[in-house]
Amino acid sequence: MKFKSKAALIPYLFWIALFVIAPIGLIAYYSLLDLNGDFTLANYKNFFTSAYLTMTLTSFWYAFLITFFTLLISYPTAYFLTKTKHKQLWLMLIIIPSWINLLLKTYAFIGIFGLSGPVNAMIEVFGFDPTQILFTDFSFIFVAVYIFIPFMIIPIFNALDEMNPSLIYAARDLGASAFTTFRRVIFPLTIEGVKSGIQVTFIPALSLFMITRLIAGNKVITLGTAIEQQFLVAQNWGMGSTIAVFLILIMFASMLFTRTKKKGGRA
Amino acid sequence: MKSLINVTISILVVCGLLWFATIKLDASSSAGGEGILTVYNWGEYIDPELITQFEEETGITVIYETFDSNEAMLTKVRQGGSAYDIAVPSEYTIETMVEEDLLYEIDHAKLPNLQNIDSYYLDLPFDPKNKYSIPYFWGTVGVVFNPNDIPEHLTFETWEHLWDPALKDKVFLVDGSREVMGMGLNSLGYSLNSRDDAELREATERLKSLNGNVKAIIGDEVTPLMINNEATVAVTFSGQAADMMWENEELDFAVPQEGSNLWFDNMVIPKTAQNIEGAHQFINFMLDAEVAAQNADYVGYSTPNSAAMELLDEEVVTDERFYPPVEMRDNLEVYENLGLEMLGTYNEYFLEFKMSLQ
Repeated sequence: MKFKSKAALIPYLFWIALFVIAPIGLIAYYSLLDLNGDFTLANYKNFFTSAYLTMTLTSFWYAFLITFFTLLISYPTAYFLTKTKHKQLWLMLIIIPSWINLLLKTYAFIGIFGLSGPVNAMIEVFGFDPTQILFTDFSFIFVAVYIFIPFMIIPIFNALDEMNPSLIYAARDLGASAFTTFRRVIFPLTIEGVKSGIQVTFIPALSLFMITRLIAGNKVITLGTAIEQQFLVAQNWGMGSTIAVFLILIMFASMLFTRTKKKGGRA
Repeated sequence: MKSLINVTISILVVCGLLWFATIKLDASSSAGGEGILTVYNWGEYIDPELITQFEEETGITVIYETFDSNEAMLTKVRQGGSAYDIAVPSEYTIETMVEEDLLYEIDHAKLPNLQNIDSYYLDLPFDPKNKYSIPYFWGTVGVVFNPNDIPEHLTFETWEHLWDPALKDKVFLVDGSREVMGMGLNSLGYSLNSRDDAELREATERLKSLNGNVKAIIGDEVTPLMINNEATVAVTFSGQAADMMWENEELDFAVPQEGSNLWFDNMVIPKTAQNIEGAHQFINFMLDAEVAAQNADYVGYSTPNSAAMELLDEEVVTDERFYPPVEMRDNLEVYENLGLEMLGTYNEYFLEFKMSLQ
């Protein structure tokens, strides 16, 4: 039996070595090369002395805002979903848009937010002048939040759905107000769902790049944009990899921060 | 144990199928040779009817593939594997390709139609004596704008007009470090090939002062925005401007007088070529007066073919916005290959400018 379980691991170990460890190793290796392929630490020095540090902070800030608003919308949505009669159907309807290609959805927003688009038509109905909504911080965060909502809702929905409703009744019976019940019972019991939701939103949000150009008109610069530029335009794979190393480190840190605890909630 | 064997077998089968598919794909993409010619060109950069015509005249089957940046094209040619017989890079990339020994020399004896090309476009610094490349199209970088939506005094004869307070939140820039930095340098009277760090610094500061006016820095997406009157002023390539003006007659185009970029896209035969004879036939075909005229009519960029210009509408070829006369071209500069290190510096400054935008 023991042999059998170990042998079963082999294909997976092979997979991990080839597609997880090797790419990360290559990125780390390339980050130590300069344009001529010589070993150097200059890329790291460059990262700390130039605009990249500010860029990291902006990326972080926008990813935070996106995650925050996504959570703000998703948690109540998931909560009400669990209360509906045909919850699986409703959940399905929310998930369906995520089947559509990301780029296609982004292009659709160019039309929706455009001067002659439906949003401006509505603004005009209320008697205001049409304004260009595209290429603003607002449009960027709006579209990003829209894209991430389904990914945040699913884990929270599952956590809420698995929760035993008698715990809520118990809390209410024992005199807890609705808010206290939420704060002391519901939220702590679904925190794992929230954490995985944050992970699947925050981490990709850090390296968004196509939307920064199409919707934010390159006025929002994230680390993802910088990596694309370094690889495709400047052809400086070393610097591109260095930025990628920092992106990996940040992601690792955010994983640690939101890691699921094995022990039960605090007493 | 049985399921484990099943899993292993299915993984092996999938790997085998993928491997087989790769071999098949490789074979088809490198299926160069006598009867086949693989052309690697920019998107929307040829009249498809001409490909059919060439196939009928010569009996050669053309495989047509497109790229969207010089760098992407360069990477694929460098890697080999695909049998590109013709590619159409811009001048600074041709320099790089010659340096890296990626191009075959072109036999001028096989190109009788070469005499159609205006001598102005031959023997340029990036390829002396046209040993490796033959002109295809050329153009400039300038400002396309909608005169109805901006004050009358803004004609964009000078880059200065982009800084006009009346253009708050109205200016679109092209997402390219060479183009935007070049514009900054030109607006200060410096060369757009400057290697001087102080000049680049100054240009970046100058660009940063454009902050309030810049609406967005985007790529080809600007074309529909200009056509639908969603955007008012855009710094872009001449041919792209011609496309926009074709769809939206309100628009106008100007190349500021302090100087701007003059670019050339030339046909080359990369070292990946399998059908060198066919490649020469194709180049000669594209140089034919009627063919070049039809192509210029379709694509909208400026042709270097003087025999073709005689066949084109008088109105088109005398339009100084797209065919600036020689004395106006003196202010225009061709991009030099600055080397990767300098390109990196341009990129860093461009990034700094983008990050300063609010």
